[in-house]
Amino acid sequence: MQRIAWKQQNHSTEQNRHKSPAHGLQLMMSSSFNKFRVGISFVMMSIFYKSAVDSLSELSPQKYFSTLQPGKASLAYFCQADSPRTSIFLEELNEAVKPLQDYGISVAKVNCVKEETSRYCGKEKDLMKAYLFRGNILLREFPTDTLFDVNAIVAHVLFALLFNEVKYITTLEDLQNIENALKGKANIAFSYVRAIGTPEHRAVMEAAFVYGTTYKFFLTTETALLESIGTEDIENAHLYFFHCKQVLDLTEQCRRTLMEWPLTTLNIHRFIKTMEAPLVGVPVEFLVLHDVDLIISRVESNMHDEEIQEDEDEDMESPDMDIQDDEVAETVYRDRKRRLPLELTVELTEETFNETVVASDSIVLFYAGWQAVSMAFLQSYIDLAIKLKGTSTMLLTRVNCADWSDLCAKQNVTEFPVVKMYKEGKNPVSYTGMLGTEDLLKFIQLNRISCPVNITSVQEAEEYLSGELYKDLISYSSVLVLGLFSPNMTTAKEDFTEAGNYLKGCVITGIYSEEDVLILSNKYAATLPALLLARHKEGKIESIPLANSHAQDIVQIITNALLETFPEITVENLPIYLRLQKPLLILFSDGSINPQCKKAILTLVKEKHLDSLTPCWLNLKNTPVGRGILQAYFNTLPPLPLLVVVSLHSGGQVFAFPSDQAITEQNLLLWLKKLEAGLESHITILPAGEWKPPLPAYDFLSMMDAAGSQQPTRREALCTKEMDAQENDKKHEDKSASRKEPIETLRIKHWNRSNWFKEGEKSFRHDNKEL
Amino acid sequence: MGLSAVARLWGPLGLLLTFALHPALCLGPVQTSAPRYRDYCVLGAGPAGLQMAYFLQRAGRNYAVFERAPRPGSFFTRYPRHRKLISINKRHTGKANAEFNLRHDWNSLLSHDPRLLFRHYSRAYFPDAGDMVRYLGDFADRLGLHVLYNTTIAHVTLDKDPQAWNGHYFILTDQMGHAHRCSVLLVATGLSVPNQVDFPGSEYVEGYESVSVDPKDFEGQNVLILGRGNSAFETAENILGVTNFIHMLSRSRVRLSWATHYVGDLRAINNGLLDTYQLKSLDGLLESDLTDLAVVKDREGKFHITLKFFLEEGNQSADADAITLPQDDNDNFAMRVAYDRVIRCLGWNFDFSIFNKSLRLSSGGEFSKKYPLVKASYESKGSRGLFVLGTASHSVDYRKSAGGFIHGFRYTVRAVHRLLEQRHHDVAWPSTEHPISQLTSSIVRRVNEASGLYQMFGVLADIVLLKENTTAFEYLEEFPMQMLAQLETITGRKARHGLFVINMEYGRNFSGPDKDVFFYDRSVGHTEDAWQSNFLHPVIYYYRHLPTEQEVRFRPAHWALPRPTAIHHIVEDFLTDWTAPVGHILPLRRFLENCLDTDLRSFYAESCFLFALTHQKLPPFCQQGYLRTQGLVGTESLRRHGVESGLLRDYATVGRRHEDGGRGLLGGFQAPGPPVQALDSNKEEL
Repeated sequence: MQRIAWKQQNHSTEQNRHKSPAHGLQLMMSSSFNKFRVGISFVMMSIFYKSAVDSLSELSPQKYFSTLQPGKASLAYFCQADSPRTSIFLEELNEAVKPLQDYGISVAKVNCVKEETSRYCGKEKDLMKAYLFRGNILLREFPTDTLFDVNAIVAHVLFALLFNEVKYITTLEDLQNIENALKGKANIAFSYVRAIGTPEHRAVMEAAFVYGTTYKFFLTTETALLESIGTEDIENAHLYFFHCKQVLDLTEQCRRTLMEWPLTTLNIHRFIKTMEAPLVGVPVEFLVLHDVDLIISRVESNMHDEEIQEDEDEDMESPDMDIQDDEVAETVYRDRKRRLPLELTVELTEETFNETVVASDSIVLFYAGWQAVSMAFLQSYIDLAIKLKGTSTMLLTRVNCADWSDLCAKQNVTEFPVVKMYKEGKNPVSYTGMLGTEDLLKFIQLNRISCPVNITSVQEAEEYLSGELYKDLISYSSVLVLGLFSPNMTTAKEDFTEAGNYLKGCVITGIYSEEDVLILSNKYAATLPALLLARHKEGKIESIPLANSHAQDIVQIITNALLETFPEITVENLPIYLRLQKPLLILFSDGSINPQCKKAILTLVKEKHLDSLTPCWLNLKNTPVGRGILQAYFNTLPPLPLLVVVSLHSGGQVFAFPSDQAITEQNLLLWLKKLEAGLESHITILPAGEWKPPLPAYDFLSMMDAAGSQQPTRREALCTKEMDAQENDKKHEDKSASRKEPIETLRIKHWNRSNWFKEGEKSFRHDNKEL
Repeated sequence: MGLSAVARLWGPLGLLLTFALHPALCLGPVQTSAPRYRDYCVLGAGPAGLQMAYFLQRAGRNYAVFERAPRPGSFFTRYPRHRKLISINKRHTGKANAEFNLRHDWNSLLSHDPRLLFRHYSRAYFPDAGDMVRYLGDFADRLGLHVLYNTTIAHVTLDKDPQAWNGHYFILTDQMGHAHRCSVLLVATGLSVPNQVDFPGSEYVEGYESVSVDPKDFEGQNVLILGRGNSAFETAENILGVTNFIHMLSRSRVRLSWATHYVGDLRAINNGLLDTYQLKSLDGLLESDLTDLAVVKDREGKFHITLKFFLEEGNQSADADAITLPQDDNDNFAMRVAYDRVIRCLGWNFDFSIFNKSLRLSSGGEFSKKYPLVKASYESKGSRGLFVLGTASHSVDYRKSAGGFIHGFRYTVRAVHRLLEQRHHDVAWPSTEHPISQLTSSIVRRVNEASGLYQMFGVLADIVLLKENTTAFEYLEEFPMQMLAQLETITGRKARHGLFVINMEYGRNFSGPDKDVFFYDRSVGHTEDAWQSNFLHPVIYYYRHLPTEQEVRFRPAHWALPRPTAIHHIVEDFLTDWTAPVGHILPLRRFLENCLDTDLRSFYAESCFLFALTHQKLPPFCQQGYLRTQGLVGTESLRRHGVESGLLRDYATVGRRHEDGGRGLLGGFQAPGPPVQALDSNKEEL
């Protein structure tokens, strides 16, 4: 039930009238009422709107109906001819003439004279009503007590006319339904007013008049509804902006922004303008005033200045340029106060470095204390030290190159972070794996054994291949490699040893070249020299002939062998598979893979139908960031499992296997054929743009020019620069141009406000120096 | 001019001439015992000569150092007269970084041997000159530098030869008449000739080089000191407590090094007389052009100051007491008292006498008398292949930077050596190459530790040469920035794709003898005001193209370099520690990003993974790290911080309906992180 404000409830009619924001703004209509569009412009209050009719016209019914124009709205108060010439209602109605005229609505007082009696003329004085017409069609009738003041008149009339644009709702369910229906489509302006006909209601209606086609307006007077969306303050009117348009995932909620200013037409307008600015980060970060007129009117109207000023500054004061947008730098900074158990690793200095790395096998992390990436990795390194505590023969050490730059330079370290292994006085080996605990752990563990390991008996070789020999290391190497050589194949052995050395830390390799090597080569049907690749997980052993393979080739053979045919793709292993430069066929799965899907794909792999692709699957449980990928492909999270083909290296198209089909060999094969034939259309194309600077930089050159215009001769150089910039990316340029302006103004504001702070800070800083 | 002075000046020259004539007279024999050839000849085994010898030695070059004294650093055996060096010997900085510590060690030469640091030679903050002599001796001995002691080079001439590296050889003749033939001549002889001003009565004046250093000799005397440099104040400081008063006279106002930021100006350690002058304790400072003056001696042997003009007016031979004195007209003339001593402390000049005119070492100009004429590369303007090192090369940055002092020229000497290596041995200027994702770090590292940049601000600058497509860059250290236009020939590196120049600067208009450097608002703390920083701070210039010689020469006044495409100032820092993530590094990154038009942020592997599957291109950090299987994995606690900051998304909750249904909906909103934003914005471009 709509709660309607009645005259008697509103004690402060007089004051309200003076506060009414409608006086500050006038709306110009470009065309007839029901045709209005967004092209309506705001005019400053200083421009006086001259109206031909600004007092209530008094007409006879016949005359009145003859004035009605098709499509035009009109409010008429029918009264008895003998009624008093003045009443409070008539005063208010008179007051409403001008505002309503601004919306193209005419207002009239119709005198029901006896000879021209109309059905709208009531029988009794008390039952006189006001009627709203569009053309000569009656839209609504209003008892005079609902139109108790000018605000109520304007609010009710607009509410009646904007029945399509402003919906009244009463329950949370309504709201949720609406929200869901509008996700990805339109943004919502949802307001709560204490009652219909209040000044706040009028403000909302006036705003809806302008923005009703751009945003969906919803109105309630139900406190329960307001409470249910988390507001405790039900005394005052509220307006929320629901950012539904960019919500791509139907299960996600629209972001909501509460307007924190009093509900006035002007404030709502400002607020909505703010909401129109691109949505970046939380909270609303920057108030962009697109509307020049609005800025002028804001400056010139003193009405709201005080209340606005505060928030304004807050918005303007977050110059995004000074906000860290480097995730590594920010996270390391936020973690700065946590004490790391650094003592678990040995800190080396120029004095202790050499003796330490000679005395014991050591891993050395070279880092710089001030560099975020280094410090982020140092945390993983410490985690590793915790894991290995007391179990490893390898000494974990670190060198802070911010302190020992000479030492780092001597060790050829000029970038950070770098990990090197110093073992048995041999040349240090640089670690080239992922900068994380797991991969470094694997590197250290696999380096416990020599590479390749010398296997001395057939029995040992069998134990090796079965995974028994290095049980504790088996989890770090998915493949066990065994080179088989006759004792006299010296060059081949050397090549293999070199390859094994190269692959140190990423795979376990062994070498067997005893006299009885034929036992093994016969068993595994290998022609010497040969490689045996044991995939212990699958319990398979395959052999590859090695004749005339150089170390490099052997490395290649082994690296390829490490690749799985249908791997679970993870953050850690993706780069290895990307190297194949083939489109990815990814099966997204929420949890472990569906056996049917797996079977279908493995069959296709076996039958060599997928050779032009890299088939893989992604487990959202292990790799939750997969959701972000799906969102990028589909806007919303589609039902899983789901197959896509992503051609990363050629065009960036993404194709989705139809969700209404089962992932079977036949369906998949057919789909892939169609894909190949170009008969499938992509669901999206991945953006091909370069990564541009996320934000502009301070333009000190311009600031210097502005400050000391003693160098006017150099203007040309600056112009060239600007032209160059324009040549670049137009869009980019637009952005920076629009930013340039606010930064300048921002600076001045910022300076003024925080001057005292700056002074204090400064005197503190340099007085200290003098102590 | 007095007789004694003439004798001092011309005496040795006469001697030199004799030696010079010697080979000419015995033409036959000398030619048969052909002059000994060396690629590099270094004149003088002072700090600069030894420093150059060190680099030549390390590079395995054919060189010799010629030193007339039996040991290195002979200047320091006599000077400064009062034995206190004013170069600081800061043994503790609270930091371990050896390069950084050199910023506050003004006495050590550069070497790989940490034992050869001056702090092992003296514990004094202002060390004794004797320690410097000992240090230089050790430096030469320990490093086994080829120094020919007791070898006075009396004459240097040119021998044209098209075969020679520079079209001529330098022929050095020593006191024994032996000739030495060199392809490159490195002159590190310092400034050895006391500067004298010629005025009537200058014969009564004692020189700094010979005046007594025993305060007892000045007991109860009125002393006039001519000059206003450190040697003048050093002399005054020594006798301040025993004299009646000291007056100090010079042409220009006193230049305090704390105001000019030039270490050659008056240092606070020497300025006791300023204190007693301003507190009216009888000592005083006066300004007048010395060439207008005359000193006359009265019958009691006291000295009176008068004007040359009065002397010329009256009878030259008249009795001293008859000469007009200023106070005769002007009875409150400041210097109306008689002085017991007049001491000249007017500094030093380069000894041009041994160089043949054909070398064209001096050819007029501002410093024609004090300094030999050199280019910004320290090569003589007159003779190719002749370089001036050390104190004598200070014309390049006189009254600006530290090139006249050990802590400055140890770096300019290295720059000259690097130039020579490229010019004659095809060894390109040392550089390191890095992927572009390392650019911010490389610059941050250098501005925080580099000593050469810090000491030789405005003279030596680091250079970043961008590679094609700006995916990588080369980093060159301590290049003489005034030679920027000739960078490619000097370094042997290519600058085809734009460059950054990293310099250190004081604020424009901050330094000067008349400047109040303690004014209230002197320090800048906000990043957006960084360009107004007053204290020494890093400034980075970006050029799309290597500037031309014209552009360097006709650069705007008060600019260290031609107008760049863009400029960045890292805001001055009280601790000279420019590693603040938001205050220093972030604005620098934004500057570099906007110059290069790319995104230089670092990302965790997870973000790179997302980008790799949702973009056709990756930001440089992911390209150069993650794609090469060197992604930064991160830890759980860092991830949590990332989610809290809104920069990372918690993907585990994406798409999950909130358990609490309608409650707290506003709080449940997950901010879209920049990756998603970037994705969206790139989408729009399609």
